[in-house]
Amino acid sequence: MEKKHEYLILEDEVAIPYENAYGPTWTRFFEGMKEEKIYGTRCSKCNRVLVPARSFCPRCFVETDNWLEVSQEGAIVSWALTDYEYFGMPTKPPFIGALIKLDNTDTSFLHLIGGFDLRDFDTVRKTVKNGMKVKAVWKEEKTGHIMDIRYFEPV
Amino acid sequence: MKKDYNTIDNVIRLPHKYAAGPTFTKFYNGLKEAKIYGTSCPACKKVFVPARSFCPGCLTNLEEWIEVAQEGEVVSWAYSNKEFFGMPGKPPVVIALIRLDGTDCELLHLIGGIDMDSPDTVKESIKRGTRVRAAWNDERRGHMLDIKCFEPVA
Amino acid sequence: MGRPVAIIGSAQTNHGRRFDVTYPELVKEAVDAVFENTGISPDDIEGVVSGTMPSMMEGVALTHFYFADVLRSVGKPILKTETCGSTGISLAFTGYYWIASGMADLVLVVGSEKMNEGDSQATMTTVVDPFYQRYFISGAPGVFSMQCQEWSVKIGIPEEKVRAAATRLSIDHHNDAFDNPHAHIKKRLTEEEVNTARIITYPVRLWDVCPNSDGACAMIFASEKMAQKLGKKVAWVKGVGYSGEEYWFGDSEKAIWQCAIDASRQAYDMAGIKNPRKDLDVAEVYNPFTFQELLYYECFGFCNFGEACDLTLKGTFSREGELPCDPSGGTLCTNPIGATGLNRVAEAALQVTGQAGAHQIPGAKLSLAHAMGGVDQFNGVMILGSDK
Repeated sequence: MEKKHEYLILEDEVAIPYENAYGPTWTRFFEGMKEEKIYGTRCSKCNRVLVPARSFCPRCFVETDNWLEVSQEGAIVSWALTDYEYFGMPTKPPFIGALIKLDNTDTSFLHLIGGFDLRDFDTVRKTVKNGMKVKAVWKEEKTGHIMDIRYFEPV
Repeated sequence: MKKDYNTIDNVIRLPHKYAAGPTFTKFYNGLKEAKIYGTSCPACKKVFVPARSFCPGCLTNLEEWIEVAQEGEVVSWAYSNKEFFGMPGKPPVVIALIRLDGTDCELLHLIGGIDMDSPDTVKESIKRGTRVRAAWNDERRGHMLDIKCFEPVA
Repeated sequence: MGRPVAIIGSAQTNHGRRFDVTYPELVKEAVDAVFENTGISPDDIEGVVSGTMPSMMEGVALTHFYFADVLRSVGKPILKTETCGSTGISLAFTGYYWIASGMADLVLVVGSEKMNEGDSQATMTTVVDPFYQRYFISGAPGVFSMQCQEWSVKIGIPEEKVRAAATRLSIDHHNDAFDNPHAHIKKRLTEEEVNTARIITYPVRLWDVCPNSDGACAMIFASEKMAQKLGKKVAWVKGVGYSGEEYWFGDSEKAIWQCAIDASRQAYDMAGIKNPRKDLDVAEVYNPFTFQELLYYECFGFCNFGEACDLTLKGTFSREGELPCDPSGGTLCTNPIGATGLNRVAEAALQVTGQAGAHQIPGAKLSLAHAMGGVDQFNGVMILGSDK
């Protein structure tokens, strides 16, 4: 039901600054990213490899301090091509967000699929398939951030 | 607290469009004309400012609008010298609860036209009971800050 | 299990773009209406629960406090509940627990949202952590698109069939909304319009997704004693179930969606439901996305995994079908998030008390209400019946 704007509308912007603490686990994980390494941790109880590295296993509730470098290649579990924009979106469209099961790990890693023209939908549809193998492509300049990996591209 | 580990800076900016609704719209339009409107409850015999759409005491819808006095007494005040991110205005500011003549609730606004160097200098001009009067901006847009501040009546 | 609990009445605002009122004024519409509908005096209410999306949605924090006057909660205990999309059902649960525990006989529960005053996807994105997942989620559509992908590929349903079933749901619900006076988007759509609409996040297109709505829903929960005193037809809470998942998107699978399965089974067990498709007369499933609705039919046991598309195309879940789903048009047509889950409960209650008007399913005695929240993180199910 659309009512005409008979009354005033006050336009305003709420801007709130945050400084979020990484803590020891994220710090170590992102130091790894700077060196083009993707770290996971293995749970001593269920033996699963969790990536990104965690401080504890959310199923067994044990501290996971067994760190290992995981494969940078894996298979796409699911993906979505985003073609709309909302205010302050951190990644500009079009982009493909995807869950990727890196080889020999037990949780899916969320990142981008890229390396080809995303503007033509038919190309995207023909190129990206569930189960497809992809591999991390790194940026030249790394800052210890999740976007140090530019995207995962089809192998 | 020691900062051994990294942190990430993050500013969340969210745009909003607040609907003012019929009551605030009429109140804001009044401010544009340098008028302060209140509404009066026939049951409780109370006048509220800014104008309300219903009486918070007896929940009656309020339809009687009146222009209230632009002068009143300071009930309480606070001196603020700390800046926070996104603050509307720069410190120091003196915020105050003001009982405008003929009304039954306090209006929250700013005190101005005084030496704001320190709480001590403010105390010289402002006390509980000090009479103050609205000082208007020349350019008004239908906003609470069309009233620049309330100044002590000479 | 606690004492028997009844819903004695509800009220919804006309949902849509409501720039004609402030947020508290919108909430007041629903609250005033529920007191009028039920004849209860605000003074008799013993507790109030308010729920909305996170404060970034409308830019005002502690909304239950912002609404203190319009909720008539001054001098009373007030709670706020916030579980994202499932807020509405969490609100209903809170009202239910309060009465079932014996600590109150009358509780007011109010869900509300003014989506158009803020940016919904920017707000949704703050649900996600700032270090890692925020860069990829692209709001709600991204998450649900990925879930649908995962489901259809895992179960082995061809894309064309999923598209056809989703299109059928979109057309039916946007049509159903014409019989719901409170619904936001009412539209007669063609298959072509739905299939070729603008892509939001593939495979989700414009008509597969809910609108941003402003609206509020108020509801009163009562003890048996109060319900009898009022002597009106009421809806009894027969079963409840709620389940949450691990935080990280990617840690658990979302195709065979465990928390949705668990929430429904908990509710069915409590209500004594053995065969949901047969036992239930109507279901108000939380359906912000057509694709996700298909997944819910399977997770809730309305059919086996893999069958939802075929049965949808056959009309099993339409208004004339064996188990009508979302005859109100559902979340797909109306989504003021803080209220939406409660709207599902309100609609389910209207059905079993014969008060659903033009979209009444004849003879409905047992209904299901559901809502989902977070980044595919929570599911809640409530079963309502006309008999105690």
